[in-house]
Amino acid sequence: MDFNTLYYSWELVAGSGQTLSLEQRVALQTSLVILQKNYKFSRVLFWGKILGIKEDYFIAQGRGEDEMQDKKNLYSLNCIDWFLLPTTTDSMIQEVSTAAKGRFIGDPSHMYEHVELRRQGESDEETVVIKVREESRLAVTVQQIDEEVSVVPRGAFIKSSHGLVKINRSFGGLSDSEAMKLDNYLHFSEPKNLKKRSILEKGDLNPAIDFLDVLTDDIPKGSWSLQRECAGRVCVLRSLFWLGLTSYHVPMTPQHGYIYIGDGTKNLDLPFML
Amino acid sequence: METSNGIQDKSLQSAASFKAFLLKSSTTSNMNVYEHLTRLLMKVMDEQPQNVVDVIEDMSLDVKRATFDGMQSTLRDLPQITAAELLAEQQHLLFSRPEDADREEELVETPLPNVSETGFYLEQAGVGLAREEMQRVFLALKQLVETQALMRCRLWGKILGIETSYIIAEAEYREGEEDEEQSTDEEAADGEGRKAETHLTENETDPLPQSTYKPPPVVPKEARGTGANKFVYYVCQDPGLPWVKLPSVTPAQITVARQIRKFFTGRLDTPVVSYPPFPGNEANYLRAQIARISAGTQVSPQGFFQAGEEEGEEEDEAPRDSYEVNTDFEGRQVAEMVESLSFWVHHTQHILKQGRCTWVNLAVRPGEDSNEEDVEEKEEEPDEPEPEVGPPLLTPLSQDADMFNTPPWSSKMSSTLTSQHAVAVLRSNLWPGAYAYACGKKFENIYIGWGLKYAGEGYSPPVPSMPQKEYPSGPEITEALDPSLEEEQALKDSLEEQQAAQEEMEDTEEGEEEDDD
Repeated sequence: MDFNTLYYSWELVAGSGQTLSLEQRVALQTSLVILQKNYKFSRVLFWGKILGIKEDYFIAQGRGEDEMQDKKNLYSLNCIDWFLLPTTTDSMIQEVSTAAKGRFIGDPSHMYEHVELRRQGESDEETVVIKVREESRLAVTVQQIDEEVSVVPRGAFIKSSHGLVKINRSFGGLSDSEAMKLDNYLHFSEPKNLKKRSILEKGDLNPAIDFLDVLTDDIPKGSWSLQRECAGRVCVLRSLFWLGLTSYHVPMTPQHGYIYIGDGTKNLDLPFML
Repeated sequence: METSNGIQDKSLQSAASFKAFLLKSSTTSNMNVYEHLTRLLMKVMDEQPQNVVDVIEDMSLDVKRATFDGMQSTLRDLPQITAAELLAEQQHLLFSRPEDADREEELVETPLPNVSETGFYLEQAGVGLAREEMQRVFLALKQLVETQALMRCRLWGKILGIETSYIIAEAEYREGEEDEEQSTDEEAADGEGRKAETHLTENETDPLPQSTYKPPPVVPKEARGTGANKFVYYVCQDPGLPWVKLPSVTPAQITVARQIRKFFTGRLDTPVVSYPPFPGNEANYLRAQIARISAGTQVSPQGFFQAGEEEGEEEDEAPRDSYEVNTDFEGRQVAEMVESLSFWVHHTQHILKQGRCTWVNLAVRPGEDSNEEDVEEKEEEPDEPEPEVGPPLLTPLSQDADMFNTPPWSSKMSSTLTSQHAVAVLRSNLWPGAYAYACGKKFENIYIGWGLKYAGEGYSPPVPSMPQKEYPSGPEITEALDPSLEEEQALKDSLEEQQAAQEEMEDTEEGEEEDDD
């Protein structure tokens, strides 16, 4: 959620149950301005909150020239002091998936340990201890959530001829009937299924707008919940895969955004629950 | 050269998709650009006019006019009624004041909760619906209170569903005004008990094997006003839409709800398809989850409620199930409430494994034996199930057990900068979405979430039970190996020996008798 729109967009996503207290909102407004100046971001988003047992992390994301590639994530424990999250590498993702289990604790220097016994040869036994800091776990989780469930309405971003992804300034919003259809919402990450569309479907698409995956291609089907909230004015999309991700769009206006407030764990039981 | 082929493929693909775009028919005139351009260029080829580029637009118009124009539709577009407009019509009713409202009535204590105040404190805690939504819910609760004669009413919370969400209000009827419970549920339970008796029909031929399956006895549900059915719950999908009353919960529903994990769809009559099969539809499942969440997460500052002092002599076994507001309660410091969990207590009864709050002994069949002697005999049987006991009412939270290595509650202050006027906030880690706040003498609980318990690493559904044996095994139908040739031979030999020995004995006896003569 763009922090410039924070003061009116809160009401739109609060249907999921979590809000920010007034004090936190005010603190965010001040500190994010300073953040933008220091890091020279072109846009700063308030990405969301990851709830830990002792403390909660507030996450902000700064965007640069290319909205999809230039992303930097920062975290804070009190909405005032922000720290940069490390960029994720494949080895980091591997370590986090083996070692980090359970809920987030709330202490960025907490170490998760995982002990593995590996046999090498006939008699050698090596105990391999994989240690991961909660900070890395946080970075990997934020990146995974962005990759898998960040959502934008169709037409909100365009891909210029240089390949840069930018905001579409002439996006007027989806119409009322379009906004309730799931195939007008796209994943905001590198497309994986794009080539599989038939030529007939592609006739309808505009390559400048439709360079992202559509939500209806997600497996399992039904992992998104699309509802109207706030007296029917806002279309709210909630992900059932990462519980806590809420995306909103007000039809016929360019207002849209998404936010994640949850405990940062994937809902692997989804196939049982549908 | 792969790259040039790749580029060729890509440009072929984009050319194909552009052609498909050109072939799309227009919605108003049912023509498409591809055909039109083909016709136009063929006309140019045929006629070969001078200065083609100057007259091309006129030629295009001519081609269009020449094609047969379908009848223009004389229908006008109906203005589409949007869902927002429908909802606004219904919510308009929320704002109407009843005409016969006396001014005096408003001064009397009203069952309507002060939702605005609750909303204010919850906002400090970082929980809850937005201000406007809370206001709408407030007005909807007012409507509920006016239509039903309720003694007390409280906003319980909101459960999110896939298609729509539920807003839930907890209410308590005034004594004596409860409408009668439908007795059809109880009759059905009795009928099941009778079916369990097997009838053996005496046939002259072999009787067919009878099923020896006896379904386990049904645990009776608790009466209205006690235990898990202490409060009545009303549900609506959006403020302004009519409130629906949820049915009472039965212990069977609670036991099954503990084993399944399902999302709510948002329609109360959806069937719940699961294993073990859930006895009821989504309304019952919702009620069961509400009962579990209330039993697990409704807390209050210690001292706000005290044990009810009625019937001075209570046996030690019967759990306390009543509490009264303590008029001498003075609020505690917020910092103290945050630091230690022992200043918070549960004020709802724990639901036992049986699915009820008070234990029922199922070994005693009601209605069969009215003699006390028989009852005593049955108590001495070794199969007697042990009474289940849960923690008593008003136990502090510090005695809650950890599950999955996480503490069950997290507490914090709503603000560290202005801690003089902060609110103590308690968040449940077992039921994500359950919150409680306390500030001086005021406190409140709320649940906003998906209605699911935290399941740790993963949920594994219960395994189906073992298939029943078809028939009892006995010697007539057990298989045995046929004896081998040697064994048969040996048996025959031994039989012959026996016979020969017998004949000899008889001969000697006859011989002796003859001798005697």
